Amino acid sequence: MHIPDGYLSPSTCAVLYAGTAAGWYSALRRLKRALLTRVIPLISVFAAFSFVVMMFNLPLPGGTTGHALGVTIATIVLGPSGAIVAISIALAIQALFFGDGGITTLGANCFNMAIVGSLVAYGVYRLISARAAIVSKRRVVAAAIAGYLAVNAAALFAAVEFGLQPVLFHDAGGAPLYSPYGLRVAIPAMLIGHLTFAGMAEAVISAGLVAYLQASDPVLLRGTSGAVEAASSVPVRAPLGSLRRLWIAVGILLLLTPLGILAAGTAWGEWSPMELAHAAAQSASSGPAVPSGLQRLSGLWTAPFPAYAPAFVRSRGFGYLLSAMFGVGGVLCASLIAQSVVERLRRRGSQV
Amino acid sequence: MSRGFLESTAMRFARAITRAMLSDKTARRRGLVQALDPRVRVVGLLSLVVAVTLCRKMTAVAALFVVAFAFALLSKIDLLILVKRVWLVVLVFTGIIALPAIFLTPGTAVGDIAGAPVTQQGLRAAGMLILRVEAAVTFTTVLILCTPWPHVLKALRALLLPREIIAMLAMTHRYIFLLVEAATQMFDSRRSRTVGVLAGAERRRMAARTAGVLLSKSVSLSEEVYLAMQSRGFRGDVQVLSEFHLSVWDYAALAFFWLAAGVAVWKGR
Repeated sequence: MHIPDGYLSPSTCAVLYAGTAAGWYSALRRLKRALLTRVIPLISVFAAFSFVVMMFNLPLPGGTTGHALGVTIATIVLGPSGAIVAISIALAIQALFFGDGGITTLGANCFNMAIVGSLVAYGVYRLISARAAIVSKRRVVAAAIAGYLAVNAAALFAAVEFGLQPVLFHDAGGAPLYSPYGLRVAIPAMLIGHLTFAGMAEAVISAGLVAYLQASDPVLLRGTSGAVEAASSVPVRAPLGSLRRLWIAVGILLLLTPLGILAAGTAWGEWSPMELAHAAAQSASSGPAVPSGLQRLSGLWTAPFPAYAPAFVRSRGFGYLLSAMFGVGGVLCASLIAQSVVERLRRRGSQV
Repeated sequence: MSRGFLESTAMRFARAITRAMLSDKTARRRGLVQALDPRVRVVGLLSLVVAVTLCRKMTAVAALFVVAFAFALLSKIDLLILVKRVWLVVLVFTGIIALPAIFLTPGTAVGDIAGAPVTQQGLRAAGMLILRVEAAVTFTTVLILCTPWPHVLKALRALLLPREIIAMLAMTHRYIFLLVEAATQMFDSRRSRTVGVLAGAERRRMAARTAGVLLSKSVSLSEEVYLAMQSRGFRGDVQVLSEFHLSVWDYAALAFFWLAAGVAVWKGR
């Protein structure tokens, strides 16, 4: 999943560097606020640990081997902020010292593996483990699922970045300038390997490490356990609390990337009845152009911004941008409302 | 099978250390890139990598590839290492990825292989990807092999990277080798005590346990390092020494790097 130089266009790299920089800034701020002096050695040694764990050749069911990223265990022990910095440092050393992964694509690699990986791992682990005891089996299962999903989410993001290249960047003759495969090829190609081997390796190592720590050093698991009384004995006190800043950073990134305006055609399976009829007419098929059910159901709901183009905006580009902003704003508002409701419920619960 | 797994992991560790030592060896040679100020090397070579990704014409990327090769020769990098560890690896890795593009990219058919039509656009896309990656990786390799890690870090400081990040990069690099050594010893001792074939589940448990021990070691190591830093007066402010001085040659080299990058991007637009 380490994207080398040359696979992504400079503008894609720049957008992902900007998003990653916002993530780094927010993570570093949170870490500094928590415990400045202790953070530097802890993150450094953990980054070194993640680096070494990436070299572990894990035997997988079926006689194959794979290697983990270490992002899930870093998130479980350090919390998402600590993991974002630690994994990014490990990736930077891989790129700058070992030539593994590109330098122009370092932002993309950090975005996929450190930011997306950590946030997905954290969310899934907290959701499944809930308030289970530190030594509960449920935490082992939660770590396995979190590891599996985190690696696959990171791979999906990488696949989308690859898949956008031929659509957005090609020469006058139509030859792609960077990664040559569209989303329809890139997504299955990336996910097949990760749904089977890489995701499994991360699941095995995360679950194995959580089980080991439960027996040998359970204090390390308390940071992200969600248990209120645990806060005083946690090695790093950064992870708990809201992720509002990171959400804002992600929001800015999404605002920067309404790249779809440049994409031609419609995503597979997302045709409108009119497009379907047009395609059927072009392919000169003898069957019915548009299935009657589709025709009937498609009129049930009229979106306020159909095809990301609000009727009241003349410019297609501006309409798309407006739709993107509206969509991102909606997601952000919903998440912030959900977050404040959860906080309020938690506060009420602790008062009782 | 179990021996294979233990050995292949131990081999990976050994390979990482060998690669690190190789860069130390090349960085000490008296070559063109080694003679430049590390800040000029980092900024100049990174500008050329960016130029490689910005070019839209194959001729411009090919010209930059020739420049990268010339840098490698003038910096006394072993040609065999460059061919074997960089060019061939990239060719195989990127080649496998790029190969289906010659069939899948829509465009004018220029021939066919086993009945599948090969398009002109597909050939250009695959060629461009391979050439671009080869050129970018060659520049990066020249930078990595000719610059000792502490110098890369100091140069990054000149690029206004926060001190905390520089300190973390430096410490991570140092502890990677310590942890690699610890892991190698654990695998070696396990290998010397293993007779017969271990079942898959047992091998997985063993790998997880080894990683677990390594994790516990890492955390206690970070505590020790923190105490050692405190005892030496660390109060949260990272100090980085900088004794680099730019000479006329460095300015000239930087001008050349930027000129080459600028011309390539201009001609290859």
